[in-house]
Amino acid sequence: MESKTRLDVNGQLSVKDLPYIIHWNPDKCTRCGKCTAVCPNQAIEPGVFVSRLVSSEGSLPMPATVRTTFHGIRQVTDIERYCVGCAMCSLVCPNDAIYPEYNPANKFLIHKNKGGVPHKRGGRRNDPSLSTLDRLKFTRISMLTDPALDAGRHEFHIRTLLGRNLSPDQLPLTVKDEELFLDETVFVPPVREIFPIRIGGMSFGALSPNMWEGLTMGVAYLNEVEKIPVVMCTGEGGMPPRLLKSRFLKYFILQIASGYFGWDEIIHAIPHMKEDPAAIEIKYGQGAKPGDGGLLMAFKVLDLIAKVRGVPTKVDLASPPTHQTKYSIEEAVAKMITSMSMAFGFRVPVYPKISGTKTALAVLNNLARNPFASALTIDGEDGGTGAAYNVSMDKMGHPIASNLRECYLNLVKIGKQNELPLFAAGGVGKRGNLAANAAALIMLGASGVDIGKYIMQAAAGCLGDEYNRCNLCNVGRCPKGITTQNPRLYRRLDPDLVAERVVDVFKAADSELKKIFAPMGRSTQLPIGMSDGLSVDDKAIAERLQIDYAC
Amino acid sequence: MCRLSAIVSNEYFSPMENIMALETMKEGHDGSGLGMILRDLGGEFEKLKGFPILSGICTNDGIKTLDEYMVKVGFKTKHLWTPEISLKPGMNIKKRDFYFARAYEYPQWALEKDQATRDNLLLETRLALREIGLQGQSMHIFSFWPDLITLKEVGDPLEVGEFFGLDKKPVLAKKILAQGRQNTNYAINLYACHPFFIEGFCTMTNGENTAFVPIREFLTSRDYPGYVGYQSDSEVFAHILHYIRDHLGFPLKYYKDVITPLFDREMEERHDRPAIELIKKVLRPLTIDGPNCVIGIDRDGTSFMVQDAKKLRPGAVGGVPGKFALMSEVCGLDAAIPDRDTSKDVFPMKYDMVMIEDDVKEIKIWNQKHGSMSTVSYQ
Repeated sequence: MESKTRLDVNGQLSVKDLPYIIHWNPDKCTRCGKCTAVCPNQAIEPGVFVSRLVSSEGSLPMPATVRTTFHGIRQVTDIERYCVGCAMCSLVCPNDAIYPEYNPANKFLIHKNKGGVPHKRGGRRNDPSLSTLDRLKFTRISMLTDPALDAGRHEFHIRTLLGRNLSPDQLPLTVKDEELFLDETVFVPPVREIFPIRIGGMSFGALSPNMWEGLTMGVAYLNEVEKIPVVMCTGEGGMPPRLLKSRFLKYFILQIASGYFGWDEIIHAIPHMKEDPAAIEIKYGQGAKPGDGGLLMAFKVLDLIAKVRGVPTKVDLASPPTHQTKYSIEEAVAKMITSMSMAFGFRVPVYPKISGTKTALAVLNNLARNPFASALTIDGEDGGTGAAYNVSMDKMGHPIASNLRECYLNLVKIGKQNELPLFAAGGVGKRGNLAANAAALIMLGASGVDIGKYIMQAAAGCLGDEYNRCNLCNVGRCPKGITTQNPRLYRRLDPDLVAERVVDVFKAADSELKKIFAPMGRSTQLPIGMSDGLSVDDKAIAERLQIDYAC
Repeated sequence: MCRLSAIVSNEYFSPMENIMALETMKEGHDGSGLGMILRDLGGEFEKLKGFPILSGICTNDGIKTLDEYMVKVGFKTKHLWTPEISLKPGMNIKKRDFYFARAYEYPQWALEKDQATRDNLLLETRLALREIGLQGQSMHIFSFWPDLITLKEVGDPLEVGEFFGLDKKPVLAKKILAQGRQNTNYAINLYACHPFFIEGFCTMTNGENTAFVPIREFLTSRDYPGYVGYQSDSEVFAHILHYIRDHLGFPLKYYKDVITPLFDREMEERHDRPAIELIKKVLRPLTIDGPNCVIGIDRDGTSFMVQDAKKLRPGAVGGVPGKFALMSEVCGLDAAIPDRDTSKDVFPMKYDMVMIEDDVKEIKIWNQKHGSMSTVSYQ
C-alpha cells in the first residue's frame, strides 16, 4: 500500500551504501555526547526518534498506544560525512553503547566522487588478503650436525650496512711483512652499520609535532641506551632546526624529494651541524602512490610547518611527480647523488628511493654503475601515505617481494650484491609479523626494510587498516593526533608514550629476529640472500622468487 | 659430523696412517665416503715433481674420451699410476672401471709460457674434462696439479683404503688430507666428497655451512671459471681460500679475518684495524656462520686449521718437530702420533688459526684478536 506521503529519495543514500554502519544502543546510551564530539567526520549527530509505547493505566487492563519522542544518535548518510569506521565513538563511550561495523556490501567508491572529484584519502591499499611476505616460511631449521643456536644466550649480530661497499677488486690494500695496510689516500665511500629495520620517510608536517617528537625520542633512546642503531628517515619536509644542529642528527636520514621542502633550512644548517646525518634519501617514488608527487594539504600547513618548510601557511604543498629540474634517470640520479654527496663532503651515503615497478631493474643497473650511489630503496604497493587518490593507492604499484628478489638476483648476476644494498619497504608487518616479514625480505636479498604504518599503529595506535578504516590522514583530522597539525587533536598523543612504544617495537623485533635466525644457525652476519632458508606453499610464487616449494 | 685427518711430515708416509686415525674417530662418520689429497709425493712420483698429475675415475668409455681430449690439447702421458684394487667379500664398495693418477708433460707451447698461463691451462683442462665427464657419468675428475693426487670413493674409509690397496702398496706423500664422510643433507656424490681442490689449494671441513647460498652466489658471481661445483656446501671454503690468496693476494692469516671477522669492539689490539674493518664490509658475504672446522693446505705448503666461534668442540693439533697431525678429534691425533708431548697439543679456540709451514718444523698460532703469532716450543 502506497504511503500518503511521497517516497522520493533522489540522490539519497542509506547506511547500507556506506562502508561502516553505526550500531547504537539507546538503552545503554547516557546521552553524554562524547561520541558526536569525537567523531572526526561528523558521521553521527544527535537525532530525534519516535517510539511507540503500549501501556495500560488503572485497575483494569486498558492497553493504549502512546507515541513519544526521545533523543539519540543518528548516522549521517551524506557521502562526505561517511562513517570512517575509526571507532573513536566506541573508545570514548562510557557505557559501550556505540560501535561501527564494516559493511562489506557497501557502495562507497561508486558514490564517493561528488563534484567530479575522485576519492582522496590517506592510509594504505585496501586489500586485506594475505601478502606474499606472510606466506613465506622459514623451513631450513638446523638439526643434528648443525645444532640450532640458543636465541637467548648466543651472541647475535643483527646489523646491516647502509652505504656503497667497494668491489673487492678495488680494495686499497697493500701487503707489507705479511700485514695488510690500507692506503688512506684512496676514497672509501661512507658505510653505516645500522639495525636492519628502519623507520621510513614520514614527514614533519604529515605527522604531528607530538608524533614526530615521540618517534625521534624513541630512536635516540634506542641508539644511546639500548645500543640498537635504529635510523629514521625524515620524509620530505625537513626537520626542526634545533634537531638539525643537535648531536642526534646522526640517527636520521634526511630525505629530499621533488618539492625540496625543508632543504633551505637544511642547507643553511650544514655549517652548524655537529654530526653528519645517517644518510640522504632522494625520493623519486612512493609505493603507495607511484607516479604521484607528495602532497601536504593546506589544513596541515600551520605556522611551524610553514616555517620549517619555508612556505606560506595554509596552502596545499604539492611536490611534483618527478624532479622537475632533471631530464632522465641517468641525469637525475647522477647529478642529485653527486651534489648531495658533495654538500656533505662525501661523508654521507646518498641513495634513491623508488616505488616498486617493473622498471626497477633499469634504475638499479644505472645505480650499479654509479660509484657514489649508496643503496636503493624499493617501496612496494603496500606502502602507506598521508594523502593520495584512492585509485593510486588501491591499483597502482608493484608487490615488493618479487620486485626486490628480481633486483637482488640481478645484482648477483653482475657480482655487486654486496656493493649496492637494497632496502625493501611497503607492507612490512602488514599483519603484525614485523620480524618475520623483515627476515623474509632479508633472505630474499634485502639488506634491510623500512616500516611506516607499522610504527604508527604500534607506537601511536593508528586506526587504519585494509578495510578503509579511518584513513583521514590527508585532511588533518586524525582522531589519534598522529597525522594532524591541530593542537586539540595532537594533544591526545603523549610523545613519551610514543617513544616508549617505539623502543618496545624495536626491542621486540630484535628478539624475534633472533628467534628466527637462531634455529637457522645464523648469528654472525645478517642472512642476506639466504634464500635456501625460505619456502612457500605456492608453486608459482616459489618459481618466481626462486625459492623452495613446501606444503 | 664428518671426521678430518690431516698429517704433515718432512718424511714420506703412507695414507693408511690417516685412515687408521679416521678409524679411531669412527663414531663420527658413517662410512659414506673417503676422500684424500696427497701432496709432496714420494715413491714413483718423487722424480715427477714438475709434471701435473690428473686424478680421477673413468668408465672404460670415459678413458678413451679423456685420452682423445688430452692429445688434442697437447698433453703427453709421462707416468700412470693405478691402484691395485682389492675388492674383498663383504666390502660395501661398488668398483668403478678405472681409477687413475696420471702425470703429464705440458704441451710444448705451454712450456714457453709463464706459470700463471700454465696454471690456467690446468684449471681449464680439469673443468673441461669434468664437464665432459658429467655426461653419462663417464668421468670424475678431481684435481690436475703437479705433485698432488686425489683419491675418492664411497664406502667405509678403512675398506676404501684396502680397496685401493694402500695397505699393501701405498702412494707415499709428505702431506695428506683425509676425510671420513658422514653424508648429511646432500646426495652421496663423489664431487661432494672432501677434500676439495682448486689450483693447488685444498680444504676439508666438518659441520654444515649455514651461509652456503650467499657465499656460493658471491663466488660464482666473481666471473672465475674455477668457482663451480658446490655439490657440497663445504666446497666454498676451498674457493674462499683461493679467492683471497690467489685473487686478492692476502697473506694466509687473513683467511681467518675473512671467514670469521671480529666484532668491531674486538679489533682494538690489531695494528691493521683499518684494513680488517674494510675487509669485513667488502667481503661480508664470505663470512661463514658455522659451526665449521676447516683444515687445509695452502698452495705454498702451509697447512692450517681454523674454526668459528660456534664450533663447540675444537679440533686438535699436535705432534713432534718434523711430523704433525691436524685432526677433528683428539683420538685421531693419538692414533696418528702417539709418541708426542700431549701437553703441547693445541686446541684452537675461536680467535686462533693454527699454521704449520711447509718445512713442518713447528706449530704457529695466529691469534686474530690480539694480532699476535706464537710458536709452540718443542725444545
